[in-house]
Amino acid sequence: MTAYLDHASTTPLRPEALEAWAAAAALGGNPSSLHSSGRRARAAVEESREALAAAVGARPGEVVWTSGGTEADNLALKGLYWARRDADPRRRRVLVGAAEHHAVLDCAQWLAEHEGADVRLLPVDALGRADLDALRAELAEGGDEVALVSLMWANNEVGTVQPVAAAAELARAAGVPVHTDAVQAVGHLPVDFAAAGVDALSLSAHKFGGPVGVGALVLRRGTALVPLQHGGGQELGVRSGTLDAPAARAAAAALTAATAALPVESARTAALRDRLVAGLRAAVDGLVLRGDPVLDAAHRLPGNAHVTVAGCEGDSLLYLLDAAGVECSTGSACQAGVARPSHVLLATGLSEQEAAGALRFSLGWSTTDADVDAALAAVGPAVERARRASTSARTSRARRRQSVVATSAGAGAS
Amino acid sequence: MRVLAAMSGGVDSAVAAARAVDAGHDVVGVHMALNRAPGALRTGSRGCCTIEDALDARRAADLLGIPFYVWDLSESFVEEVVEDFVAEYAAGRTPNPCVRCNERIKFAALLDKGVALGFDAVCTGHYARVVRGADGSAQLHRAADAAKDQSYVLAVLDADQVAHAMFPLGDAPTKERVRAEAERRGLPVARKPDSHDICFIPDGDTRGFLADKLGEEPGEVLDEDGAVLGTHTGTYGFTVGQRKGLGLTRPAPDGRPRYVLSIEPVRRTVTVGPAERLAVGELRAVAAVWSAPEPAGPVEVHAQVRAHGEAVPAVAEVTGDQVRVALRTPLTGVAPGQTVAFYAGTRVLGSATIAGTAPAGA
Repeated sequence: MTAYLDHASTTPLRPEALEAWAAAAALGGNPSSLHSSGRRARAAVEESREALAAAVGARPGEVVWTSGGTEADNLALKGLYWARRDADPRRRRVLVGAAEHHAVLDCAQWLAEHEGADVRLLPVDALGRADLDALRAELAEGGDEVALVSLMWANNEVGTVQPVAAAAELARAAGVPVHTDAVQAVGHLPVDFAAAGVDALSLSAHKFGGPVGVGALVLRRGTALVPLQHGGGQELGVRSGTLDAPAARAAAAALTAATAALPVESARTAALRDRLVAGLRAAVDGLVLRGDPVLDAAHRLPGNAHVTVAGCEGDSLLYLLDAAGVECSTGSACQAGVARPSHVLLATGLSEQEAAGALRFSLGWSTTDADVDAALAAVGPAVERARRASTSARTSRARRRQSVVATSAGAGAS
Repeated sequence: MRVLAAMSGGVDSAVAAARAVDAGHDVVGVHMALNRAPGALRTGSRGCCTIEDALDARRAADLLGIPFYVWDLSESFVEEVVEDFVAEYAAGRTPNPCVRCNERIKFAALLDKGVALGFDAVCTGHYARVVRGADGSAQLHRAADAAKDQSYVLAVLDADQVAHAMFPLGDAPTKERVRAEAERRGLPVARKPDSHDICFIPDGDTRGFLADKLGEEPGEVLDEDGAVLGTHTGTYGFTVGQRKGLGLTRPAPDGRPRYVLSIEPVRRTVTVGPAERLAVGELRAVAAVWSAPEPAGPVEVHAQVRAHGEAVPAVAEVTGDQVRVALRTPLTGVAPGQTVAFYAGTRVLGSATIAGTAPAGA
């Protein structure tokens, strides 16, 4: 029996989503076909679009289906940048939060390297919250050179909720479009696209109990955007590619269920999280909660408990917890599977050493008291052992032997 | 036993891990990330530690049904192996980075971390054997397949490291049999080419790698009388016994090929001479490590100075922190910095780092 406490990397599929997915997959049909099978599939896509839009405070016509959060982020950053630069060649500056997900940061970096973008990172404070004064200063200094602002709704590692609406207000006054990566927020916090005043919003179904491989970019009506994919002209030409009716059904079913349950689930998840945080603090000396210490939904994702443990390496902790049946994350990953110090923690001012012992527990709809109990039972012994491993690395036989060799090597040549 | 299987992504370590699983051990696979900026793809037989290698290792672990992790040991690897490699060449010596990696990384950084995390042994795909002696002590021996034997690069392990080592391929009759076994087990790495050369120099251009790190340090190529025969751009481009790429502008008076006899990095000179001057009759070595009890007084051994070189009869004697090795059969191309491994029959007794040589018959 494993305790799955890694909802932020992917959330277990909700039964409603699985059922909707299977039913739509069995029906088949290409939503772009003109015959009755096509019309049926098209109806599934459009009903799903309406449900998704309703759940995030957008109009159905503002939902662009994508393959997930990464594609939505790429479409927003590249598409908005190109459209703005084409309309006004002076607009080459891209302002992004320093603690954004790599789908945003690397995208901005690519624009800088290949498309002449001038990327500036908006600093975050020690809690991981973006500095609005820095945004204000950038906009005041050269607002007419800014192509877009991208600021996430809630941080995927430390869970800090960002001042997106306030940022959008500042940007709107300067005539600059705002994108928000709301991948971690949708389904977990009340998200209202229209009320937030943003121009583009990324979401991903597998973060709220839908399947992997489907998401959306919510794009304010009339926003100019250059497409990334060309082909059949689906989604008003913004995103070509055959529409995936079963995935749309599953995403909509998952978000509908998550939204309906949100007031109750958010409080239930937060209570489990609070118990986990309190228990972790009691069990382990030198454990620090990162992100916003105010544990309410206005400040922090309800399911997020991100901690650093002094004197440990994240990969040792991860192995020991995994061996004990507790699945969590160090918060950041790379393609070879090596845990590198998190750019989010470094952006909040931590040293590489402090960032090394990071652990992210993320809770959600399927999390139970038993899961929290399992984590609390495993963490003490795991930390104790991981600390021994870390100490042994510092005083390893390699280093002990080094002094021997240094002495011998100084013995002179023949 | 709880066994940490180091899995490079190659066929040997995958089969070794499989055999450890078959033997009933509780095995966890670990791929050591030794490069912070790994290339995506492997190129031919060169290099390792690419993302593709990590994925191959992961796939092998999946098939064996064992947990798998990637551990970042790149910092230790750079400090202990790569920087040492560069410093040794800069000092006019010829290091063996694989020996160093076994000594400092696989059976030190990785083993120490593993032991602290609750493992009993590190398992690798090396061709060597750990044999229990009559007294229960762990002895390191040559592999059954003499052609693949890798005990030389493990001779640097001490008794405690050998006691914590597991080499399931040590009794494999041939490498081809190991490949066939991988095929039979359905391991996708069965036909993956062997890796050769130095893993952190994927293009195989050691001289270029060193030139990047050390810059140009021009000097002269001399004969044994001190006459200038040519120039070079850095002593690190040479190793004792080298014949090719000497850049000589004048042929030898007798028309015979010349070889590097010695390297003097401070004066930046490379001295060359005829083949017979390469013959070494005595070695002085330092930093000895014994997995067998340290010999008291002179002992008859077989000494080996290259990974796949011949072991020759010799007398070794520990004096203070040095080992004097009188070779009964002279060896050629012996360079300071190389490891000399000591054997009694198939058993590895220990090893030391060559610090100086004396010509045969001197």
